Amino acid sequence: MRQIFLAGLAFLAACLISPDRAQAQDAAIQPILQEHQALIVKSSRKTIGPAIDAVASSGLPQAQTVLEVWAAKNMWQRKEDGLFFIGEKIDSKTYALTDFDSGETVGEFPKKELKQLKPNSGIRALIGTALVQFQLSDPDIEARKAALLSIERDPEASLLAPLRASIDGEPDAALKAQKQRLERLLTIGYDTDETARLSAIADMSGDLGVDVRATLNPLLTTTREVAAGAVPEGANVAQILHPGQDSFDKITAYDLLADKGIAPARVTSDDIRLALGEHIEGGSVGGVPVATLHTQAARLKAYTVLAAEGEVPTYVDEAAIDSALKVNVFFDAYAEPSKSVTDAAAKALKDIELKVGLNQTLDLTLDALSLASIYFLAAIGLAITFGVMGVINMAHGEFIMMGAYTGYVVQQFIPDHTVSIIVAIPTAFAVTFAAGVAMERLVIRWLQARPLETLLATFGISIALQQLAKNIFGTQARPLTAPGWLDGAWVMNDVVSISYIRIAIFILALIFLGIFLYIMKRTRLGLETRAVTQNPRMAASMGINPDKVNMLTFGLGSGIAGIAGVAIGLFAKVTSELGSDYIVQSFMTVVVGGVGNIWGTLAGAAMIGFLQKGIEWMNPSNTLAAQTYMIIFIIIFIQFRPRGIIALKGRAAGE
Amino acid sequence: MTFLKSTLAGSLVFASLAGAVMADEDTIKVGVLHSLSGTMAISETTLKDTMLMLIDQQNAKGGLLGKQLEAVVVDPASDWPLFAEKARELLTVHEVDVIFGNWTSVSRKSVLPVIEELNGLLFYPVQYEGEESSKNVFYTGAAPNQQAIPATDYFLDELGVEKFALLGTDYVYPRTTNNILESYLKGKGIADDDIFVNYTPFGHSDWSKIVADVVALGADGKKVGVISTINGDANIGFYKELAAAGISADDIPVVAFSVGEEELAGLDTSNLVGHLAAWNYFQSADADVNAEFVETWKATMGEERVTNDPMEAHYIGFNMWLNAATEAGSTDVDAVRSKMYGQEFPNLTGGTAVMLPNHHLAKPVLIGEIQEDGQFDIISQTSEVPGDAWTDFLPESAVLMSDWKELDCGMYNTETKTCVQTLSNY
Amino acid sequence: MQRSFIAKNPSVLVFLAILALFTLLVTVMSEGFGVGGISTSFIKTLGKTLCLCLIALAMDVIWGYTGILSLGHFAFFGLGGYMIGMWLMYERTRLIVVDSLAQAEIPPTDGEVIDAVGNQIFGVVGSSEFPLIWAFADSLVIQLILVVFVPGILALVFGWLAFRSRVTGVYLSILTQAMTLALALYLFQNDSGLRGNNGLSGLQNLPGVTASQDYVSLWFFWASAAALGGGYVLCAWLVSGKFGSVLRAIRDNEARVRFLGYSVEMYKLVIFTLTACIAAVAGALYYPQAGIINPAEIAPIASIYLAVWVAIGGRGRLYGAIIGAAFVSLLSTWFTGGQAPDINLGFYTVKWVDWWLVLLGLSFVLVTLFAPKGIGGLIDLYTERRSPSRHGADLGPDDGALREQEASQ
Repeated sequence: MRQIFLAGLAFLAACLISPDRAQAQDAAIQPILQEHQALIVKSSRKTIGPAIDAVASSGLPQAQTVLEVWAAKNMWQRKEDGLFFIGEKIDSKTYALTDFDSGETVGEFPKKELKQLKPNSGIRALIGTALVQFQLSDPDIEARKAALLSIERDPEASLLAPLRASIDGEPDAALKAQKQRLERLLTIGYDTDETARLSAIADMSGDLGVDVRATLNPLLTTTREVAAGAVPEGANVAQILHPGQDSFDKITAYDLLADKGIAPARVTSDDIRLALGEHIEGGSVGGVPVATLHTQAARLKAYTVLAAEGEVPTYVDEAAIDSALKVNVFFDAYAEPSKSVTDAAAKALKDIELKVGLNQTLDLTLDALSLASIYFLAAIGLAITFGVMGVINMAHGEFIMMGAYTGYVVQQFIPDHTVSIIVAIPTAFAVTFAAGVAMERLVIRWLQARPLETLLATFGISIALQQLAKNIFGTQARPLTAPGWLDGAWVMNDVVSISYIRIAIFILALIFLGIFLYIMKRTRLGLETRAVTQNPRMAASMGINPDKVNMLTFGLGSGIAGIAGVAIGLFAKVTSELGSDYIVQSFMTVVVGGVGNIWGTLAGAAMIGFLQKGIEWMNPSNTLAAQTYMIIFIIIFIQFRPRGIIALKGRAAGE
Repeated sequence: MTFLKSTLAGSLVFASLAGAVMADEDTIKVGVLHSLSGTMAISETTLKDTMLMLIDQQNAKGGLLGKQLEAVVVDPASDWPLFAEKARELLTVHEVDVIFGNWTSVSRKSVLPVIEELNGLLFYPVQYEGEESSKNVFYTGAAPNQQAIPATDYFLDELGVEKFALLGTDYVYPRTTNNILESYLKGKGIADDDIFVNYTPFGHSDWSKIVADVVALGADGKKVGVISTINGDANIGFYKELAAAGISADDIPVVAFSVGEEELAGLDTSNLVGHLAAWNYFQSADADVNAEFVETWKATMGEERVTNDPMEAHYIGFNMWLNAATEAGSTDVDAVRSKMYGQEFPNLTGGTAVMLPNHHLAKPVLIGEIQEDGQFDIISQTSEVPGDAWTDFLPESAVLMSDWKELDCGMYNTETKTCVQTLSNY
Repeated sequence: MQRSFIAKNPSVLVFLAILALFTLLVTVMSEGFGVGGISTSFIKTLGKTLCLCLIALAMDVIWGYTGILSLGHFAFFGLGGYMIGMWLMYERTRLIVVDSLAQAEIPPTDGEVIDAVGNQIFGVVGSSEFPLIWAFADSLVIQLILVVFVPGILALVFGWLAFRSRVTGVYLSILTQAMTLALALYLFQNDSGLRGNNGLSGLQNLPGVTASQDYVSLWFFWASAAALGGGYVLCAWLVSGKFGSVLRAIRDNEARVRFLGYSVEMYKLVIFTLTACIAAVAGALYYPQAGIINPAEIAPIASIYLAVWVAIGGRGRLYGAIIGAAFVSLLSTWFTGGQAPDINLGFYTVKWVDWWLVLLGLSFVLVTLFAPKGIGGLIDLYTERRSPSRHGADLGPDDGALREQEASQ
C-alpha cells in the first residue's frame, strides 16, 4: 500500500514538472536523444541543459535509466547511424549494445565503430539534479542517497517542493533526518515566505555544518554601490563607506566612480607617456623639448599644455578627485532585499563563527598533536642513540628510509594490506636492528672517543645508503598503501577531523613511549644501558659488558627508526630522500627537548609540532615560512636553554 | 691542430676531462642533459631513457644525413650551476649539435646564458611558466595558455567552480602560473577573496592543515576547485591526505599540472578517481601512433613503465629536429633553426604539432580524470592551441611578443615597436 | 729569538710556488691566452675548484685548528655569492633596459628605468618591485663591501649567541646546520626578495664586458688563484703565531684555556667570523663562474660535503684541506660527468654515475676509521722519516692533540 502511495507521489511530482508528458507517452526516448544528438556529443555543461531537460521531462519510464546510464559513462553512440545505446564491455575491443526503449541487446560491436560518451563532472552534476525527481522516492536507498547528495551539491529552488513532498514517506530514519535538514537549508535559500525563512534560520543557527554556512553566506553577499547625494530608498545597506578611511582609499573610490561613468577616468603616468608620444611635433611636445621629458614634472607640464589645447583628456588632480568623492555616497548593499532576513542570517553566522573558531582551534591542536607524534616517532630512535649513548647517527634518517622500503618490499610479496603491515613492522625492525648492530660494530665502536668523527663517518654511511636505495629501487616514489580500515578520517564535525592513519601513528608513538620506558626502567638491558651511560668504567667493573650493551642499545634505536619508517611511508611517500627530510627535525627534537631524557624528546616534539602549526595558522599562504621561523626560534631557544627543555641534573648530566 | 691540442692536454693530469676533444667524426652528436641523480632524477631519468630509445630507433632507420647519431649523456645531478657547466662541456668539449634536456625552470635559466653565448640548440620538453623566449631554445612543453588557462576555463565553464584554491610548491613555475591565473580569474570576475593561494616547500608531507583550509573555503556556498602546481613527490602526501579527508572530485575537484602517469605510479589511486590533470598528452590517448609508442617504450623499459607528457614533447621535438636537419642538409644550428619554423609532425594524440616562430608548439590541450588503474580518462580534448611565450593576462607581458622568424626578436614590445632584448631574460 | 714566518711554515712557499706554476700552466693551455689545450668549461671548473679550496681552508682553520665543526660555512659562501650576484644582475639588466628604453620616443624617467629593471628581474617570479635589500644593488663598491660585511655580521651574531651560551661540540654542529637550513629555507621563499628558488642567474655575463667567456673565465681563474694564495698566507699566519696556539689549545681542552685566563669565547668568535668572511670571498668569486646561485647551494648537505673534503684531505694542516677539496670535487666531476668507464661485472654493469656516491660515502667512512690524517698524512710519511717518533700515537690529527696515553688514563 505504502509503495503504491510512494509511486503515486513520484508520479505526481513528475507530472508537476513535465506538463507535456501526455503527448510523449508510449513514445520512444531515442528520438528525443537524436533531436539533441549534437548537444549530447558536444558534452559541455554550458550547452547540455536542453538535452537533459528534454530527457528528464519526457515523462518516459526509460528517462531515469537513460540518465543513470549516461552519468555512469555507459552510454555509447554507434558511429554509423548516431543512435545511442547502453554499452557493456565484452572484452577490451568489443562492446555489447542494448537499446534504451526495447531493453533488448542489439548485438556486439567492435569498439572502433562506437563512441563512448564521457560526461564530465559538471554534466554529471546536472544529470544528478535532473535525476533527483525520480530518485527521491525510489525504493532503492542508494538512489535516494544519491538524490540527496545531488541536492546538497547543487541546491535549487525547484527541488524544494519535491523534497518536502518526499519527507513524510521516507522510511529510513537517518535519511529522513537528512532530508529534513536539507529542507531547512533550501527553505532558507529559496522559500518565498519570509517567516518560514526566518524560522529556518533560527532552526539552523548554531549548526557547525559547512552547508549551513554555505546557505547563510550567500544571503549576505554585497555589492559596492555609488549613489549621488544619499543612499537610495529600498536598498538593503550593509555598511556605508567613507573614502580615505579604513581600507577604502580615495583612489579606489574614484576608480569606482570612473567605472560607473560618473566621473572621468584618472590619467595614469602611462597614459601621459603614450599621449605625449603621440603628440610630438618637431622635437617638442606642448612647447617642452622631448629630451627634457625624463622627469615626471616636465611630462606633466607638457601634458597640461596639451590638455589646455583640448588634444588630450584633462589631468585629474587631487582636488578634482576630492570634489568628485564629496558629492557621492559609497555603500555596500545586500543582494537580498529583506532586511530582517539579512539581519537574522548575520546574527546566526556570528554565533556559528565563534563555534567554528573554537573548533578550528581544536582541529589545529589535533594537527599539531599528529605532527608532534610524527616527529616524536622519527626522533625516538635518535633519542636512544644520541641521547643515551651520545652517539650522533647521521644515518638515522636512512634507517627510517630502510624501514619504509622494507614495508614496500613486504607489500610486494603479501598483497593483503593488513597482513602485510603486520608483517612489515617486525621485519622493518629486524632489518634496521641488524643494520644498526652492524654499523655499531664496524664503525661506531672504533670512534667512541671522537663524537665529531662519528658524526662524519655516519654521514658517509648516510650518503652511501641513500644512493644504494636509489640504485636498487630507482628514483621513483614507491607506493606503500595503508590497509583499507585506515582509509578515511575520524570526523567529529565539519570542522574537526583527522585521518585514521594519523591517529594510528599517534597511537604507535604512544606505544613506543611505553616500550621505551618499560625497557629502560624495568628490564636488565635498560638498567645496564643506564649504567653504561653514566659511567662505563664502573659499569664494566660491575660485570656489565659495555660493548654488548652499546651494540644492543644502538640496534634498538635503529630498529625503532625502521618501524617509524613504515609509519611515515604510510602517510607520506617512500623515496630514497624520505630520511633526509626528517633528520634535521629529528635532531632538533632531541636537542630542544634535552638530551638523554625521553620526556624531553616528547616535550621537544610537542613544542616543534605545535609551534609549526601555530606559525602556519598565522600565515596560511606560506608553509615554507613556518619552517623557517620555527628553526630560527629553535636557535634562539637553545641560547636560553642550551640543555633543552628538560635538562638532566646532577650526575646523570655528565659532561 | 686538434691533435696537437689533445696531445698537450693529455700531458695534464686531467687529460681525461679535457681530452675528449678527439671526436668521432662519423657521428652526429646529440647531447642529453637530464639529471640522473639528486632530487630531479625521479622525473628526468625517464626522459634520458626516452632520448636513448628515440636515438636507437632513428639509428636503426639509418641515422641522419647518412651518419649515425650518438647520444652524449651527462649528469647535472639536480645541481643548477652544474647544468650550466655541463651545457658548456657538451657544446665545447663534446661539440654536440643539439641538446635535449632540462626539467626545472631554474635549470633552464642556468643553461640559457651558456647556450646563447655559444649558439647552441636546446629542446626543452616540460610545461613551464612562459615569460621567456630564447633564440636557442625550442619549447616543446606547454606554455601557460596551453595548459593552465584551458584547465581554468574548464573549471569555470564545465565544473562551475566559483572559488579557487591555488596550491603550489614554492618555486618559479607555480609562482608565475598562479600569478597569471590570478590575473586571468580576476578578469573573469572572480573576486580577490575567492582566490586562496598557498605555497609549500619541495617534498612537503604534512598536508592536513592545508586540506582542512581548502574544505573550509566551501563555507560561503561557492563551489571550490583546487588548481595544483604541486611538484614531484609532495603530491603523494597531498593526494593521500585528500583521499583520507574523503574529498570527492564532485565536491572539490583538483586539477594538477605537474601530476602525470609517472607520479601516480607512486600511490594508490582508488580514492582519487575523478580528480583531474591537464596535459598535452596522456598515455591513454586513443591513437595508433600512440599505441605503437607505448608498446616500444614498455618493450624497452619494462611492462610496468608508463609514458607521459614530457616524453611526447621529446618525441615531437626530436623528430622535428631530424626533419629540419634533413631539410637543411646539415646540423648547423642556424640552418636547422630556420627550417624549424612551420615544421609539422604528427603528435601522439592524433593531431599535428606545428612549430611556431616564437619557438613554441601548437598542441591540443587534454584534460583527464584519474582512474583506478593510475591512468587518465580523457574527457576533454581541444584542437591545437598555439603556445604563447608572453602571456596576455599580465599587463607587462601582454604588450610583448616573440617572433624569431620575421622580427628576429624574442621580446618585442608591440606598443613601442622596439625589440627589448635579443638575449633572453634570465 | 723568533724564527721567521716562512721558516716556521715551509709549506707556504711550496704551496705558493705550486699554485703559481699551476696558474701559469693553465693560462698557457687556455683557449683565451694560450694554445687551447684546456677547454673553457674546464677552466671554469678549475677556477671554481680553487674557490672551493679557499672555503676548505677556512673550514680547516675553524675545524681542524679550533675544533669547531661548523656545518654552516656554506651559508656564508652562498651569501657572499648573493651579494655580488645582486650587483651583477642589477647592472646587466639595467644596461639592457636603458638600451631598450632609449629607443622609445619619450626619454624614460629614472623611476621608469628602475621599474623596468625590477620587472625584468622579478617578472619571472611574479612580482615587479624591488625589495628593500636591493637598495644598494646599483653600487658595485657597496655590494663588494657587503660581500664581506653581511656574512660577517651573520657569523658575528650567530657566533656571539652560540659561544656566549657555551654551546659546544656536536650541539654546535647541529646548531650551525640549523642556521644554514633556516637561511636556505628563507631564501627559498619568493618573499625573501632574492628570487626564491630561481636565485640569481646569468652571473657569468659581466655587465659592460664584451670579451668572450674564454677570457672572462681566465680572469676569474686568476682572481680565484690570487684569493687562494692570499687566503693561504693569511691562514698560515693566523695559525702559526700565538693566536694559533690558543686556537689549538681551545681545540684540545677548552676548559683549561679558559682557566688560564684566556677569553675563549672571544677567540672563537673572532675566528668564526673571520673564516665566515673568507668563505664569503670564496663564494663571491665562485658564483660568477658558476653562473647561477640559488638557495639549494646553501642546503645543509653542501656544508657537510665541505667537512668531508677537509677530512679526506687531512685536518689540521692547511694544505690538507686544499688537497681534499681539489681531489674530491674534481674526482666527483669526473665520475658524474660520465667520463669514467663503466665496469662490466658480467651479471651487472657498474655505472659510476650511480655508484660514485656509494663509493664516496664508504671511502669517507674508511678514511675516518683508518686514516684520520687523510691524504695529507701521506706527506708525513716523508717528513716523519726525519723526525724521531714520540711516545704514544696521536688521537687527533695534529701535534698537541690528545694522545693515546692521555686518553686511556
